Amino acid sequence: MTRESYINAGLTFLLVLAPFWAWSMGQAYILTLCTKVAILALAGVGLNIALGLGGLVSFGHAAFFGIGGYAMGILASHAQTFDPIMDWPILIEGTKSMPMIWLVAMITSALAALLIGALSLRTSGVYFIMITLAFGQMLYYFTIGWPAYGGEDGLSIYVRNIFPGLNTLVPVQFLILSYVILGFALLFSARLSRAPFGLALTAARQNADRVETVGIAPFRLRLVAFVISGAITGLAGALFADLNRFISPTMFSWHTSGEIMIFVILGGVGRLYGPVAGAALFILLEHLLGGVSDYWKIFLGVLLLAVVLFARGGLIGTLAGREVGHG
Amino acid sequence: MTLLSVNDLAVQYGSSQALFGVSFDVVQGEVVALMGRNGMGKTTTIQSICRMVPAMSGAITFGGHDLLRLPSFRAARLGLGLVPEGRRCFAPLTVEENLIASARPGHWDLARIAQLFPRLEERRDQKAASLSGGEQQMLAIARALMTNPRLLLLDEATEGLAPVVRQEIWAAIATLKRDSGLAIIVVDKVLKELNKIADRAVVIERGKSVWAGRPDALTPDLADRYLGV
Repeated sequence: MTRESYINAGLTFLLVLAPFWAWSMGQAYILTLCTKVAILALAGVGLNIALGLGGLVSFGHAAFFGIGGYAMGILASHAQTFDPIMDWPILIEGTKSMPMIWLVAMITSALAALLIGALSLRTSGVYFIMITLAFGQMLYYFTIGWPAYGGEDGLSIYVRNIFPGLNTLVPVQFLILSYVILGFALLFSARLSRAPFGLALTAARQNADRVETVGIAPFRLRLVAFVISGAITGLAGALFADLNRFISPTMFSWHTSGEIMIFVILGGVGRLYGPVAGAALFILLEHLLGGVSDYWKIFLGVLLLAVVLFARGGLIGTLAGREVGHG
Repeated sequence: MTLLSVNDLAVQYGSSQALFGVSFDVVQGEVVALMGRNGMGKTTTIQSICRMVPAMSGAITFGGHDLLRLPSFRAARLGLGLVPEGRRCFAPLTVEENLIASARPGHWDLARIAQLFPRLEERRDQKAASLSGGEQQMLAIARALMTNPRLLLLDEATEGLAPVVRQEIWAAIATLKRDSGLAIIVVDKVLKELNKIADRAVVIERGKSVWAGRPDALTPDLADRYLGV
């Protein structure tokens, strides 16, 4: 085992331990914080496939996070009012079933990523950042002006959606559900990075022309990575909406894109557990410093600067060293 | 059977023209040496066959396909295995990952590569960036072979390497020629080694193919005129 895998195991252990500790201390809200960490980390795992493996600096991943959230909101709001989404030419009804919602969230965000990726991947560098940002903001303003689902005020869902065999309103059960999904996403991400596809993606990040000379089209490689990345972030959006039982255009805003990117950068770009470490640190800081001052993000900013300037591998990179890392 | 045919190829970089009419053929199983002094257009010819630089006029056909209509990755998929100048491996990947990332099904797999280059087998878990120059060159050749090409293009495969390592590379190329029947285009400056291995030589001077024939027919007089040796 490498040093990084020990650190990953340690992080997993801490993440599993935290709820037990919260329980013994009688501080149930910590469970919600842990759930939030898992869900935000999931969004980061999605972005990390594009940003870490593919080198695609997407500043518009809030688009997929929001689409996932709105997929949940739209389906669940129609289910709670028993009002079909459409009845012609075919009847489509809302649903409160989580697996169904997740599926819809992933498919719609994957389709959005396909469209956004197909257009924005023709550019690179600063232009790519700006185009992805523009798509995110486009959806942000669209949802603000969409009164059917709450417009600017957002939309509340009164009861958390249903997962077969669980009572998702019990915090611990929803926590376990989120942990399991994050676990699967990490497993998938680890396998993907070692598969020929992931290796080619890493190679293309370093030099796209060289990849072409072995018969692989970098554009397609990146588009597929972008779609997978968007789908995972979309799933996180659906879960996040269920955690808060609330959706609003904020999910689409560039702040959200920035935060997802901060998770990845704080934790370590391209590191398997980077988003987990980053999201955990973010929530921890928010929790600890948020009580000290409303302006806690100043400290976050300083920390981010420090990481970018002095610890390029993020939290994981600093602890695990460079050798297994990523240039 | 003619595998590759380059016909009156002209290439321009911005406003300066690099190739003015390069023509030659490569038959299946044949080793063709591209010769010429520095800056005469050998690498440009290779890169334009691999569709990395756009051609201005002329024609390149490969196995019946018009290469000039294809993007670079499609040309590669038809069976062009490029070993680029300067040993350009995928630096962040390990030796084995370099090979897996480029693999396409066929004769060449990890086991056969290990036979051809035992040194790479020893270094399989090492990052490509940490290899010696010779090992990187072997990896670049191995990577091209893993795509199971029909034509291997070796651009300056032994440049800047120690004599012992050069011999290893030349031995591997000779093995390839003997055992696999792969067509090979090789660009190099060492006449003696090229003479041993090449079936035919094509001399390029100032962007034109000016001479073609058996390498041993290249008299000292011609060699002096075209290659400056």
